[in-house]
Amino acid sequence: MSTSGRSYRDRNGHPIVVVTGMGVVTSLGAGLHDNWAALTAGRSGIHAITRFPTDDLRTKIGGTVDFVTAEPFSAPELSERLADLAIGEAVAQAAIGRKGDFPGPMFIAVPPVELEWPQRRALAAATSGGGEIDYPRLLAVAREKGTELHRRFLFGSVAEHLAETYGTKGMPVSLSTACASGGTAIQLGLETIRRGDADAVIAAGTDGSIHAEALIRFSLLSALSTQNDPPEAAAKPFSKNRDGFVMAEGAGALVLESLEHAVARGAEILGVVEGCGEHADSFHRTRSSPDGHAIIAAIRAALDDAGVSPDEVDHINAHGTGTPENDKMEHMGLEAVFGERTARMPVSSNKSMIGHTLTAAGAVEAVFSLTTMREGRIPPTINYEVPDPAIPLDVVPNVARDAAVRRVMSNSFGFGGQNVCLIFAAEPAQ
Amino acid sequence: MSAGDRSVWITGIGIVSSLGEGQEAHHEALVAGAGPNVDRERFAPYPVHPIVPLELDRQIPKKGDQRQMEPWQRIGTYAAGLALEDAGVKGDEALLDRTDMIVAAGGGERDAEVDSAIVTALRDAEDPERLLNAKLSTELRPTLFLAQLPNLLAGNISIVHKVTGSSRTLMGEEAAGMSAISSAHGRIAAGQSEICLVGGSYNAERWDMLLLLELGGFQWREDYAPVWERAAHGGGVITGSVGAFLVLESESHARARGAEPIARISGVQTDYTRRGPGDAAAAARRQLDALAGGIEGSLAVFSGATGIAGLTEEEQGFLQPLADGGGSVRALGSAIGHGLEIQFPALVALAAINLKHGGSFAPRGGNERPATAPDSALVNCWGHWRGEAMALLRKA
Repeated sequence: MSTSGRSYRDRNGHPIVVVTGMGVVTSLGAGLHDNWAALTAGRSGIHAITRFPTDDLRTKIGGTVDFVTAEPFSAPELSERLADLAIGEAVAQAAIGRKGDFPGPMFIAVPPVELEWPQRRALAAATSGGGEIDYPRLLAVAREKGTELHRRFLFGSVAEHLAETYGTKGMPVSLSTACASGGTAIQLGLETIRRGDADAVIAAGTDGSIHAEALIRFSLLSALSTQNDPPEAAAKPFSKNRDGFVMAEGAGALVLESLEHAVARGAEILGVVEGCGEHADSFHRTRSSPDGHAIIAAIRAALDDAGVSPDEVDHINAHGTGTPENDKMEHMGLEAVFGERTARMPVSSNKSMIGHTLTAAGAVEAVFSLTTMREGRIPPTINYEVPDPAIPLDVVPNVARDAAVRRVMSNSFGFGGQNVCLIFAAEPAQ
Repeated sequence: MSAGDRSVWITGIGIVSSLGEGQEAHHEALVAGAGPNVDRERFAPYPVHPIVPLELDRQIPKKGDQRQMEPWQRIGTYAAGLALEDAGVKGDEALLDRTDMIVAAGGGERDAEVDSAIVTALRDAEDPERLLNAKLSTELRPTLFLAQLPNLLAGNISIVHKVTGSSRTLMGEEAAGMSAISSAHGRIAAGQSEICLVGGSYNAERWDMLLLLELGGFQWREDYAPVWERAAHGGGVITGSVGAFLVLESESHARARGAEPIARISGVQTDYTRRGPGDAAAAARRQLDALAGGIEGSLAVFSGATGIAGLTEEEQGFLQPLADGGGSVRALGSAIGHGLEIQFPALVALAAINLKHGGSFAPRGGNERPATAPDSALVNCWGHWRGEAMALLRKA
């Protein structure tokens, strides 16, 4: 790649930020190669949950990652292992720094961390005598149980361990913006490089939190699909018969770098992070404002930040959860910005195959968005059998499509009014 | 650390703790050496600093909103309202729609009664996993699931106060608050943000966090003692309920709307050492070297010392040369307790309050000595397990 005449700065005079490493793990497999093959074959990773009994539950399916062991199971334990796989792949591809010595900070989206039932039960078993086991009794045996539980169930533990493994610099940043978290991790990394605080960062999202309580809580909110049979047909984004999302696990990681830094060390450039837009919604804890203004503002902010017009976006990697509410509001937001082009633009949802990887989703889908451009092939939205006439979209139904894609927008929306949109481009801007 | 060089002002502070509510109440109590207010009974043998009673309706007018929050979210949403009011931006929906927000949060609060009932039932169950499913399906309150999500303090602030420019929630115990202040300052200094609401809250009056800290062996289980005086007796943390938010703003943005500064933030430094012996002090010395050039006039040092044995003595050793050079040292944990995620933002807020209102906070044990009003304030905060941060503030 020639360096002659290239500007390393964007139109605002800030460093251009590029991607030089990617890693991913989902229920479809570990590594981008296997994931991409499955994704473009339209294969689903959703299956019956076997990690705990589900026969008396309304939802019995998920995208658990069962091929990665975390013993004893806990959300932070599995989330850390998934993130380790994804970050390891990304850092290896970027071939940056030395082993255990990454030359920049880490931003990582992690699921909620707290003691879980196996740990509470273990503490309860250590108490003596009958009667109710209340918190004072658990506390009375806590100090003797050793310090491992404290270390594991600190919120910062996942980031702490990964920062040590990869030798990232400075304070690792753990974050959560619910189901927009992965997008926020990339956004924080982008801002850090743009303001000159680092030349390279790791931005990642991870989620390995399918346990009984998490499943039941989402189920009580009526957020999950209950069409358990067959599991692979449950996630139906943008379909008329969509009935909720499917919980899933996974991790995605990017190595972000200033273009100048990447070119100087001869790194292969996988894509450009052109822009990020964000806007919070003040309407409701789980629902978007009915006029969609926060989603629209986030999309517009992303386009503004990237300095591109709606016409210059070739493809949308949708949030597309498959809940009745999300898909309707996402369509409304797209239509407000992209106008009549909305119905013609390919808008696909990876979640139809990998489920909703929650905290990880924005990072996982960023990896797939970048790969879509590199491979010239758009993954389909599977399980699209009954189109919803209220939201007419080209969802790339059921079969992958070859297409030249130069610019992708990836959407992530979360409970708590979180809306993050990222724009990736195939080539460094001139 | 940031390459940006725009001047960053603090233009609003909202703080509630066991000492009171608001800037004036905190200044008064800290100068007078009032309190500390400690509840020794409710969570015995663990003392906690309980939050003062709050008239929630004043900042969270809808009962429906209050009901959908856990205590930490009520404390935080309340403090956020105070900060916006103090900055003169409350209710200015156009401005709030482009106001950024960074919240330092922990996890949701457990329902202690439900947990106890379930764990008791599981003890003798033949098929505990199925019983757990059945119990969770009937005992959990769906609406409060949302309160379990760390980003729902931010979500509630968006709903109640209409702050919607951006919304990021950072986690990781004390490091969350450190990253939050550092990120807000860095973005404004670099021109990525003009005005940002930053802070969070900690509810110390909860069994689940007492359990987590006790598993690590970090808690003080005796009668109250100032942080400096605990180490010799095994050491330990007394947690405190605190809500603290600051409005940070670029000087140019503040001037354009006629806002006055409470104090200026000259710089923020963060580190994340592995905590070998001397690691935290070495990091703090590097941080001080980076910030020291900005110190002017008399200096007050506000320490986040936790009272944990070893770490507290290490910090005392690091601070001694500053005290010998004429700086006053105040460990504010002795007054308000330790509030994990919120400790660093709360210290920055209290340092700013001291700079604005003058006087000197009363000494509380150890080597703390009487002093005069500061012109500069150094905030030094080390997390109970990880995270080291320092901020330099100057009088406006």
